[in-house]
Amino acid sequence: MRRILGSKITLYIVLSLGALAFLFPFYYMVIGSLQTNVDPTPAGAFPNPENLTFANYVAINERINLLQGLANSGIFAGGVVLGTIVFGVLAGYALAVLHWRGRGATFALALLVQVVPFQLLMIPLYVMIARDYGLSDTYIGMILPFFINSTAVVLFRQYFLQLPKDLFSAARIDGAGEFRILWSVALPLVRPALLTAVLLTFIGPWNEFLWPFLITKEASMQPLAVSLANFITNIAASTANPFGAMMAGAVVLAIPAVTLFIIFQRYFTSNDLGSGVKG
Amino acid sequence: MSADVAGAVGRTGDSSDRPAGGGPPQTASPREREPGGTPRRGLTRILGAQPHGLLFSAPYIVFVILVFAWPIVFAVWMSFQDYFFAAPGADVDRPFVGFDNYITVINDPRVWQSFRNVGVFLIINVPLTVVLSIILATALDRIVHARTFFRVSYYLPYVTASVAVVAVWLFLFSQNGLVNQILGPLAPSPSWLINSALAMPTIALFVTWKGLGFYILLYLAALQNVPRELYESVSMDGGGRIRQFFTVTVPGVRPATLLVVLLSTITGANLFTEPYLLTGGGGPNGASASPVLLIYQRGIEQGNPDVAAAIGVILIIFVLIIAALQRRFVGGEES
Repeated sequence: MRRILGSKITLYIVLSLGALAFLFPFYYMVIGSLQTNVDPTPAGAFPNPENLTFANYVAINERINLLQGLANSGIFAGGVVLGTIVFGVLAGYALAVLHWRGRGATFALALLVQVVPFQLLMIPLYVMIARDYGLSDTYIGMILPFFINSTAVVLFRQYFLQLPKDLFSAARIDGAGEFRILWSVALPLVRPALLTAVLLTFIGPWNEFLWPFLITKEASMQPLAVSLANFITNIAASTANPFGAMMAGAVVLAIPAVTLFIIFQRYFTSNDLGSGVKG
Repeated sequence: MSADVAGAVGRTGDSSDRPAGGGPPQTASPREREPGGTPRRGLTRILGAQPHGLLFSAPYIVFVILVFAWPIVFAVWMSFQDYFFAAPGADVDRPFVGFDNYITVINDPRVWQSFRNVGVFLIINVPLTVVLSIILATALDRIVHARTFFRVSYYLPYVTASVAVVAVWLFLFSQNGLVNQILGPLAPSPSWLINSALAMPTIALFVTWKGLGFYILLYLAALQNVPRELYESVSMDGGGRIRQFFTVTVPGVRPATLLVVLLSTITGANLFTEPYLLTGGGGPNGASASPVLLIYQRGIEQGNPDVAAAIGVILIIFVLIIAALQRRFVGGEES
């Protein structure tokens, strides 16, 4: 009995140490963003609440426009979500429910695309989108390479596969067209699952750095991840409290994705993630 | 992995309520019925029972061709040319130069250095990721209380932007940062990110920390497929928790381990944001430069996209070789 209790306690100690290692940097980020002068000593991690201010948020907002950055990130991620919902759902439905030539090949393509590393695509995409099409510093140029998320297409297909086949036959007998069946029969049934895919799709471009960094040079077009990175590499050194301002920017960038994740965390199950990357 | 996919495809095929040839009129949609008669049956044979599936998927197929298939071809083609940036629409001559770009790449010591750096990164990151995620997933699988709390806290770094967490790590690992303050006299000199021996290991540690939650979730899913009876039979034989872990858990999740090894290798080869921001562009003196950082510097900063494309092709070939070896090494013991 004591041995079982002992091993249970060990488990919780191991897990708690892990949680501490994962959560502490986030705590430190928030604390650092609220201190007027950085105090890197261990005592600085537990400051007097009376000394906390929002001065760093004001300071970084004077150098990079946080609101504009948030809006750009939102448009970028929103465009990807829109493209994925409209065209990804259509493709997922066709792959799961309809019988047509090329279905197998298209599904194989959707799986293959997920293992194509971006480093191979980055130069040709830059040449095409920025140089040939002249789409640098535009939202279209930013969104284009991410427009339809292939992981989401595979997830949508999986959701539609789980619906009973008779449902579709019945709707067809009643004379409904495929588009109508998708819209008023299939979609309402997979709505909760749809939400998971949408969240996964949103967080990707929200956090994306490399591509928007390549394609946007104008500060007014940059998503927050890019303008914060510029702040870290070029501007921070010239501010009164560089680390404090960096932490403030980091908090603003992290909050939307983290909040969405915590609200909808029960939908982020291992099954969905597994199916997204399997294959 | 591929077996899963094949299974899923097989399922749809089997459960089909329509014959492969021309479908009976009542199951076909009104739009298909319009042409009527024999021509439709012929078309059906060519396009399938529900050809508007192709119409539904067309935007996605066009997207994949435009953004994935064509750029890959373009990259390989570019790497054999003297390619340079020109104004849109300008008609310029870009001659075929054979392996010239590859020769430039091979003679560039910076390229060699960046590949060595990724090697160091993978040697630290991959085993650390596998060991830590399998341990934490197993522990998480055994407990009843506070599972959600632990799951959420492990996953948090994964859903946060790299740029945001990089800022905190810069702070923590700076010269006078908290880590050095705690270490006191043991703090390395020069400090972590400006020390040529420690810069890459610190980046590897960062990436492990950031991605671990995702791999823990993969292992957690794999653990559900390990039969509980196996644990019981080991404990009947007098084996303790540790013995169970090594004789049942570790072999039981081997397919997941292969997936974790492959995915963390691909992620490692894609390294860009961390050396760009944490060590100020691959410093000190290139000690933490990654191939992708070099692709960016050569291709876009210095205007040699042909050389950059060649680095990309070489990198992919390396990744494919490593992946094949890992598949043999980790997955081959299965049978």
